[in-house]
Amino acid sequence: MSSFLTYLISGLSLGSIYAIIALGYTMVYGIAKMLNFAHGDFIMVGCYIIFTVSGALSGNSIVGILVAIVLCTLLGITTEFVAYRPLRGAASPLAVLITAIGVSYFLENLALLIFGADIKSFTSVIKWEGLTFAGGDLRIQGVTIVTIAISVIVLIVLQLFIKKTRQGQAMLAVAEDKGAAALMGINVNKTIMLTFAIGSALAAIAGALLCSAYPSLSPYTGAMPGIKAFVAAVLGGIGSIPGAMIGGLVLGIVEILSKTYISSQLSDAIVFGILVVVLLVKPTGILGKKIQEKV
Amino acid sequence: MKLTMNKKTKDNLITYGIVVVAFAVFQLLAVTGNLSSHMKGLLVPMTYYAVIAVALNLCVGILGELSIGHCGFMCIGAFTSAFFSKVTEESLPTAPRFILAFVIGIAFAALFGFLIGIPVLRLKGDYLAIVTLAFGEIIKNVINAFYIGVDSKGVHFSLKNAMELGMEPDGQLIVNGAMGITGTPHNSSFTVGIIVLLLALFVVQNLVNSRDGRAIMAVRDNYIAAEATGINVTRYKMMAFIISAAIAGAAGVLFSHNITTLTASSQYFGYNASIMILVYVVLGGIGNIRGSVIAACILYLLPELLRGFNTYRMLIYSIVLIVMMIYSWSPKVLEWRKRTLGNINFPWKKQRA
Repeated sequence: MSSFLTYLISGLSLGSIYAIIALGYTMVYGIAKMLNFAHGDFIMVGCYIIFTVSGALSGNSIVGILVAIVLCTLLGITTEFVAYRPLRGAASPLAVLITAIGVSYFLENLALLIFGADIKSFTSVIKWEGLTFAGGDLRIQGVTIVTIAISVIVLIVLQLFIKKTRQGQAMLAVAEDKGAAALMGINVNKTIMLTFAIGSALAAIAGALLCSAYPSLSPYTGAMPGIKAFVAAVLGGIGSIPGAMIGGLVLGIVEILSKTYISSQLSDAIVFGILVVVLLVKPTGILGKKIQEKV
Repeated sequence: MKLTMNKKTKDNLITYGIVVVAFAVFQLLAVTGNLSSHMKGLLVPMTYYAVIAVALNLCVGILGELSIGHCGFMCIGAFTSAFFSKVTEESLPTAPRFILAFVIGIAFAALFGFLIGIPVLRLKGDYLAIVTLAFGEIIKNVINAFYIGVDSKGVHFSLKNAMELGMEPDGQLIVNGAMGITGTPHNSSFTVGIIVLLLALFVVQNLVNSRDGRAIMAVRDNYIAAEATGINVTRYKMMAFIISAAIAGAAGVLFSHNITTLTASSQYFGYNASIMILVYVVLGGIGNIRGSVIAACILYLLPELLRGFNTYRMLIYSIVLIVMMIYSWSPKVLEWRKRTLGNINFPWKKQRA
């Protein structure tokens, strides 16, 4: 029983990481209506920044994380400005998708060029040992607790930001209707840029947590978690913030439990299988809104 | 009316002509010894990437549904045909066996196209795209867990490991989990690849110009309006999807008979590979079949030809990709191009009525 609980908690922790990444995905999708395929690579960039800065400052990871958050935010804003903004209003939505793929290739290969293909071992940014329950039967690692706590804080802050601030309301308005939002005096470009900034900052946080839990870093570190988080965002209903959280948690728990109890090789297949099943029952995801289509 | 039909036929003939001329040029270079062995090795992959690009363009351009899991169908075609070739390698002569391998690879890919199409085609837009990605990954992962052996008692199957099969000593392990299938006969050649490409082009171009093709495009342009005019939307969507999957399966057969060790690796069958094909299709022109073939060949060869700048080649490739997308799609750049280049009459520019 206690081993099941341990796996469940580690699933929750992985799910929280997916959830933070998925929040970035879902915000960008909800507002800019584009799949930012490079989002996973922002995580990888964040990890490398923490790795380099902490290494240079002999293990001061707090500074590393702060630098990573700032630089990832700048990276997100720059990418949006250089690669995505020119394609806003393009005749085909595929154009910006392919550009995002181009950005993803670019970041991966840049990292490959700077840091090489070898896997770096990442020192956890969380030094706390964790808690022990039930007379030592149930041990929860510090990184697990911190990960879950941070994801809950991020979710609450984000919800408050969107519900209570003018900028958040502007985001909702842009997500609803760009044209009408512009007519109401909302600066659409600035709002989208802010969305990218928040999403990229979240990617840096997710990167720190991901690499603390799974301490190996390569140029392709971000790709698979990125895709899984995207799946989580779709699972929860893309564009919905609580949906991204639920989707992330479901995905993380399913992944860890199926890895433990069914087959480690088939766990990815099971994760993707769940997505297929959910979308068949509810084609817009768990918390997605149904949109009536008209001619 | 007659004139437009002629124009379409002419267009199709030009496409076949380009393929045949390219084939002749490469063959001539190979015969005269002007082609390095590295380049020769690229010829067959070039053909199967062109084939799967045609397949994906049918799905994305003609049917209008974004699929990012098409390499999954290629994977099915590759594995089923390689399995067949491996089992019958000694009992059948090469030519009929290879043709049967094509039939089997295509049939299985089409079958899976049908099975996956049932749930996938009920979804729309980005949701559909992510589910095709999911299916592509599922196919890859499940095949990676397959262990299949053949002995005197028949076929053994396991999802755990090779020991679980419980085979007789004379048994032969054919599919070895993540190690895949080793030793498939090398039957694919540049000529076979070109023939398959021509057949794929023939099928797709004739489909596009047929009554069924027009129905498919009507569904793409506005499915509600298409439904209102009496077009069976599900039927035509399914039809295009299955044909697309089948052609991707044919590419898989070419793939598996050109490689010594066939594994369901991410490099060849993961979502990244599917996205790469999508890049070919988008840069070749969505819905432009000829463009897909040309883009697949050029973009496949480009990173290989840039091997001189080995470390920078993928970086250059990614920048080229971004710049090309902005150059050809950005509304502002298009306007600028119209203003500055619009007045110049290039001889190759088509005069549109």
